Amino acid sequence: MGRIFKYVMLDILKNKFVIAYMVMMSLVAWSAFTLEDNSAKGMLTLLNLILLTVPLVSVLFSAIYIYNSSEFIELLVSHPIKRSKIWLSLYWGLCGSLATAFIIGAGIPLLLFAEFTISLLMLVVGILITVIFVSLALLSTIIYRDKAKGIGLTILIWIYFALLFDGILLFLMFQFADYPIEKPMVLMTALSPLDLSRILLLLQLDSTAIMGYTGAIFRNFFGNTVGMSISFTLLILWSTIPFLVSLKKFKKKDL
Amino acid sequence: MKWFFIVLLLFKGLSASGKVFHVGAQHPYKTIKSALAVSNGGDTVYIHKGLYKEGNIIVQKAITIIGIDRPILDGDKKYEVLSIKSSYVTIKGLRVQHSGYASLDDPGGIKVYEATKVTIIDNELFDNFFGIYIQFSTNCLIKNNSIIAFGKEEQTIGNGVHCWKSDSLQIIGNNINGCRDGVYFEFVNNSVIWRNIVTDNIRYGLHFMNSNNDSYFTNIFSRNGAGVAVMFSKKITMMNNTFNENWGDAAYGLLFKEISDCHLSGNHFNKNTAAIFMDGSNRTIVENNVFSNNGWGLKIQANCMDNIIQKNNFIKNTFDVSTNGTLLLNIFSQNYWDKYSGYDLNKDKIGDVPYRPLSLYSVIVESNPTAMILFRSFFVSLLDQSEKKIPSLTPENFIDNKPLMSALRL
Amino acid sequence: MITVENIKKKFGKLVVLNGIDLTLKKGECIALIGPNGCGKTTLMKIILGMVMADSGSILVNNESITKSELYKQHIGYMPQIGRYPQNMTIGQIIDMVKGIRNEKKPLDEELYKAYELDKLLDKKMSTLSGGTMQKVSAVLSFLFNPSILILDEPTAGLDPIAAEILKQKIIKEKGNGKLIIITSHLLSELDDMVSEIIFMQEGNIIFHQAVSALKESTQTAKISSAILQILKNK
Repeated sequence: MGRIFKYVMLDILKNKFVIAYMVMMSLVAWSAFTLEDNSAKGMLTLLNLILLTVPLVSVLFSAIYIYNSSEFIELLVSHPIKRSKIWLSLYWGLCGSLATAFIIGAGIPLLLFAEFTISLLMLVVGILITVIFVSLALLSTIIYRDKAKGIGLTILIWIYFALLFDGILLFLMFQFADYPIEKPMVLMTALSPLDLSRILLLLQLDSTAIMGYTGAIFRNFFGNTVGMSISFTLLILWSTIPFLVSLKKFKKKDL
Repeated sequence: MKWFFIVLLLFKGLSASGKVFHVGAQHPYKTIKSALAVSNGGDTVYIHKGLYKEGNIIVQKAITIIGIDRPILDGDKKYEVLSIKSSYVTIKGLRVQHSGYASLDDPGGIKVYEATKVTIIDNELFDNFFGIYIQFSTNCLIKNNSIIAFGKEEQTIGNGVHCWKSDSLQIIGNNINGCRDGVYFEFVNNSVIWRNIVTDNIRYGLHFMNSNNDSYFTNIFSRNGAGVAVMFSKKITMMNNTFNENWGDAAYGLLFKEISDCHLSGNHFNKNTAAIFMDGSNRTIVENNVFSNNGWGLKIQANCMDNIIQKNNFIKNTFDVSTNGTLLLNIFSQNYWDKYSGYDLNKDKIGDVPYRPLSLYSVIVESNPTAMILFRSFFVSLLDQSEKKIPSLTPENFIDNKPLMSALRL
Repeated sequence: MITVENIKKKFGKLVVLNGIDLTLKKGECIALIGPNGCGKTTLMKIILGMVMADSGSILVNNESITKSELYKQHIGYMPQIGRYPQNMTIGQIIDMVKGIRNEKKPLDEELYKAYELDKLLDKKMSTLSGGTMQKVSAVLSFLFNPSILILDEPTAGLDPIAAEILKQKIIKEKGNGKLIIITSHLLSELDDMVSEIIFMQEGNIIFHQAVSALKESTQTAKISSAILQILKNK
């Protein structure tokens, strides 16, 4: 298993697309920090990177990689190794390489220009988002055998979490505007890893003051250790549950 | 000029009939009270270095009290330290500390009762309930004092400079820190507040209630609950002040409530949650101000009318303006908006396309504050972009028809 | 060595295998043939554990394949189209498979040497021709000296020399008492190698005969013509 992980990871790290991703991220991050006059603006640029680019690249690349590896997976299955190990190796290989690309691309400028604790939190959240969307991609490839459909699904997943979910939230807010909905809304954000991450990071970026009462609820909830641990637990659940479901199905899947 | 006149008068008093008393361990008078007892109007009492715990000291004659090497008058947390009940009193160079904390009779470090032309200059007021308290007084000068308190919550601390039912006061060059309100004006007219540095007060840096014809210039208000609150007042002039980092859930740089005919010009607002919150404000001119790095530049409620907002710079604010209504009865003109992306073909430095400073998201948030949950999400930026291209939900007349192409030099 | 009992498999509504029974023994070299979609690939994939049968059982060396994946250490598999991760090198693939197999037995490097892969170890898979990739697949299937070889269209894509090397290797391993299962469309190629023929159609085994018996009954010298004759007679 170790060797599969190692070589899959090396394979992905040498992938042109992943190298381009790393270079792009590094360019954006460096220019955000060096061109903007204060690091807060750079942090916001990175926030957008983490909330949009990272999930899109993670989910799309992982799905394509898995589809392109179908023969390779068959070959591996023909050897005396547990299917779960193969799937885990692919998962870790994808997570490891994409996270490495993220850390090299965004992490170095972050650690150089931004405050240490915040940049560390950003890195952790970025890595978690990478892992979550790899995990969702693996689930998509299991759901659809057809490559076009599967990739379509991953794009839908991305659009849903990056865009539609927030639209639904806004719709609900107006539907239930007459009720005290702040707390239910805080809970609702747990249903989207991107919203959860965004709020977690915004709290650190000192933007909550302008979020008024809602911001105060968030700060009360996420600002303390319990809230932080709950949100990180949620993110970790997001990163493992889709994978575990896909793993369960992969064990029985006809290749 | 007024100031000069007062000083001249004081000088006249001194030179005419001034006897001099010295208070201190090595001096004829060991206590302040004993010196005050024998002095008469026009005399000068010098207090030398030392700690004086004499309970409540009452000044009932027109005396000049001058501290030498900063003597300390301590109220032991029980007494009002200095009560001035005569006109023409000067207090200079003292450190007044630990006044009583009873909230019923509002004890202050220095309290002026029904007097005129009292001068309080160059004192340190440390850890008092109220710093300097002025009531029913006129023509007083409060200058270059440093007022420091350690308030934790509004109920347990008084104001730095508290003025009530007074007229023609001058509050100049004071440092005020950690009080409830830095300066509080209620029923105070025709007064000037100039060059004070007001920081870290729990409620407001400066608070006007029912006070008219006052002005404040060149003050710095930083990190207060709200920088300045002007309430139920008329004809207040506000110029060249700096409002910084009034940052918090309900924090404002400047709060207007039920005011009219005010003039706000040349001020800088930087890093406030909301730079200005206008509620029921009428006929007020807001011009030549700089709004930068604020959460909101200007929150203008629908009950505001006939205000003119012109020639201001709006730079790097999250929301430049927001409103809770659909109708706008105020005029925006010739402001510089850094988010404006129009063009200027005739090179008159005014954009050829009108600018709508109100973003859709700010309208949404105003009507449904929970929507703040979506702050900085992709969805919201798409929403704003589309509204910019095809305005449909933001008020039709919320528009700057002459947006400037470049920032004003302010 | 391999016992297949009543294997059934459907993909959706499509019946792919309709109750297959087979017994395959040591030293046999079996050609699994039939038209496209007859189920031969599915049967092989079921034996390799890539596809799960709906019902029935398969025993390899008297052990059910569903119990553990360890039976696969006796099997060498050569896929029809070997596609490997683009940026892996031949050396890495071989090293990875060695790691998975983790066998103490000495390796059978005959093909590895014959195909001179040692000169290509640093080549990335994305730069290889289809034929070279097939060589890699062939080498991997024989490398661990497995007692069962499952070869899916083994000579397709190989140049004639490489194909001949592979054929000789197959014949040699048959002589060593291994069970070899080959699927192929190129019936002409099978003549010298196979000892038995399994012909499948629409999920059923039409016949399962020794080559010698087949030739005898049809009075032909070649497998291809024998099969044609059988199909005509139907």
